[in-house]
Amino acid sequence: MSFKTVERKPLSFAERTYVPQILGGLKTTFKKMVKPNETLEYPEARPTIPPGYRGVPTLVKDPNGREKCVSCQLCEFVCPPKAIRIKPGEIPADDPTAHVEKAPQEFDIDMLRCIYCGLCQEVCPEEAIWLQNVFSLSGYTREEMVNNKAKLYELGGTLPDDHYKWDKKKAAEEAGNGGH
Amino acid sequence: MATEFNVPDTAAKTAKAASQEFETEKMSLAMGPSHPSTHGVLRLQLELDGETVTHCDPVLGYLHRGDEKIAENMTYNQFVPYTDRLDYLAPLANNAAYAAAVEKLANLEVPARVQAIRVITSEMARVSSHLMGLGAYGIDVGAWSVFLYSFTEREKLYTLFEELTGARFTTSYSRIGGVARDVPEGWTDRVLAFCDQFPPILDEILKLLTRNKIFMDRTVDVGVITAKDAVAYGLSGPNLRGSGVKSDLRKDRPYWGYDQYEFEVPVGSKGDCYDRYLCRGEEMKQSIRIIRQAIAKFPAGDYYAKDAVRIFAPKKDKVLTSMEELINNFMIVTEGPQMPAGEVYFEAENPKGTLGFFIVSKGGGVPWRLKIRGPSFCNLSILPKVCQDELVSDVVSILGSLDFVMGECDR
Ligand code: SF4
Ligand code: SF4
Repeated sequence: MSFKTVERKPLSFAERTYVPQILGGLKTTFKKMVKPNETLEYPEARPTIPPGYRGVPTLVKDPNGREKCVSCQLCEFVCPPKAIRIKPGEIPADDPTAHVEKAPQEFDIDMLRCIYCGLCQEVCPEEAIWLQNVFSLSGYTREEMVNNKAKLYELGGTLPDDHYKWDKKKAAEEAGNGGH
Repeated sequence: MATEFNVPDTAAKTAKAASQEFETEKMSLAMGPSHPSTHGVLRLQLELDGETVTHCDPVLGYLHRGDEKIAENMTYNQFVPYTDRLDYLAPLANNAAYAAAVEKLANLEVPARVQAIRVITSEMARVSSHLMGLGAYGIDVGAWSVFLYSFTEREKLYTLFEELTGARFTTSYSRIGGVARDVPEGWTDRVLAFCDQFPPILDEILKLLTRNKIFMDRTVDVGVITAKDAVAYGLSGPNLRGSGVKSDLRKDRPYWGYDQYEFEVPVGSKGDCYDRYLCRGEEMKQSIRIIRQAIAKFPAGDYYAKDAVRIFAPKKDKVLTSMEELINNFMIVTEGPQMPAGEVYFEAENPKGTLGFFIVSKGGGVPWRLKIRGPSFCNLSILPKVCQDELVSDVVSILGSLDFVMGECDR
């Protein structure tokens, strides 16, 4: 049978006096008393954050210090609560990374809107936006809760890069077989 | 004049006798929307004759966010985070049910591994949701410590969720055609470790209530729902089965391969609060059984449907290295996973009951209409009927036994 009826037994006389329950309850209580604590004394003690945690979204640079975001605005598009605002900008021609052409001029994430869903990280074609392990943030005003570009890079820092696709592209172009 | 009704105990009898002796006026009492035992922003407009409820009117809508309308304005994948916020005590189960509904529309088979992941996560969500329901119910009827112990166990589950999805609470784990990321190394072993240590603790927790005279006085024969009423009012989940109706979608219309797992579905015999409580307790044990079986034959393979070119976004390293996949990524994100036109309804057995999604699609990446059947909403519809002629203090007990969550009730 895949269905079974749950058992209901009437209380015995002893159980009706409530004494066995009190004793049983006390037993549980004493057992728990001598056990180590389940709680953490936050903020002195911090929980361990597993890899892949979805904390505050940040912008990252590659190990050469290039800002990875190319302001394609895909994250701005996908963000369900519309927390991201990007103003695209050109990279000046004399910059060593000028061949990347674009970088954000302004990049704001409104942390009062962000729901930490991680979709921005998932869609970013440059692996430029990452939800890292910062999980607690606070502020006194609404303005304080909007992370601007400088703040985002400060939070994000540098992450390793597996592809260096722009460096490869530049090398290929210099070798004469770049092309579009 | 007051009509004759069955009064549950002597206290009520005295109260009733007193109210007949003196000419009394009916009193109206608003319970909620910020009453601790209404589990959220529910308001019960009660009409009382002394201690007895003569009329109960649930007032809903305080948590209305317009989720169904929001869904019409975004692509299918973008809506996944919003499903977290339906039954926010079991987000993983909602994510999976929603994704399965859209996959049904797309006529998309998901790999066995995805199905197994969905079964495991949904059952874990069931355990965590019932633990919460149990703890809160304990508080409602005056047993504080149950909450502390069940919450401790729930935290352990949340730590496992956190490792799997990256968030403890708002998991957003499903994607149309798969899941957001694969199961981390060694995660299934940690789930098994949880399954090993949990049942004795669950027994200990249940022991605090099941044979407890005070708890039984508050729940046995209180809020009786007959099987006929339960069906007529569209109840589902443990509330329906508590009344003895043998119905569980996992058995009746197995999805995600539930038919390969061996488990029993508990049903009640009387339909009172105590039966609903017993069913939840037993369901947790059965969920652990399912999780064990699912992990024992955890299939290898992909965590996303491979052939769904226009549905599932390409892998990250492909996006970074191939121009074609990059364009594909942009198309899927901006236009949404491409769905055929049509109408589908999919429902899944969630911890709180049957969560259904009805999708009307005119093709493309955005639903034309998405209707959500929240089990809590239907479960609450029976309140006026069960609360009739009960004592005010029993209303608290009945509410807790229905174990609803306003997030999916108001949507
Ligand atoms: S963070 Fe990524 S997705 Fe967002 S604009 Fe920059 S490159 Fe595009
Ligand atoms: S995590 Fe989600 S809500 Fe937050 S910025 Fe990214 S896409 Fe937007």
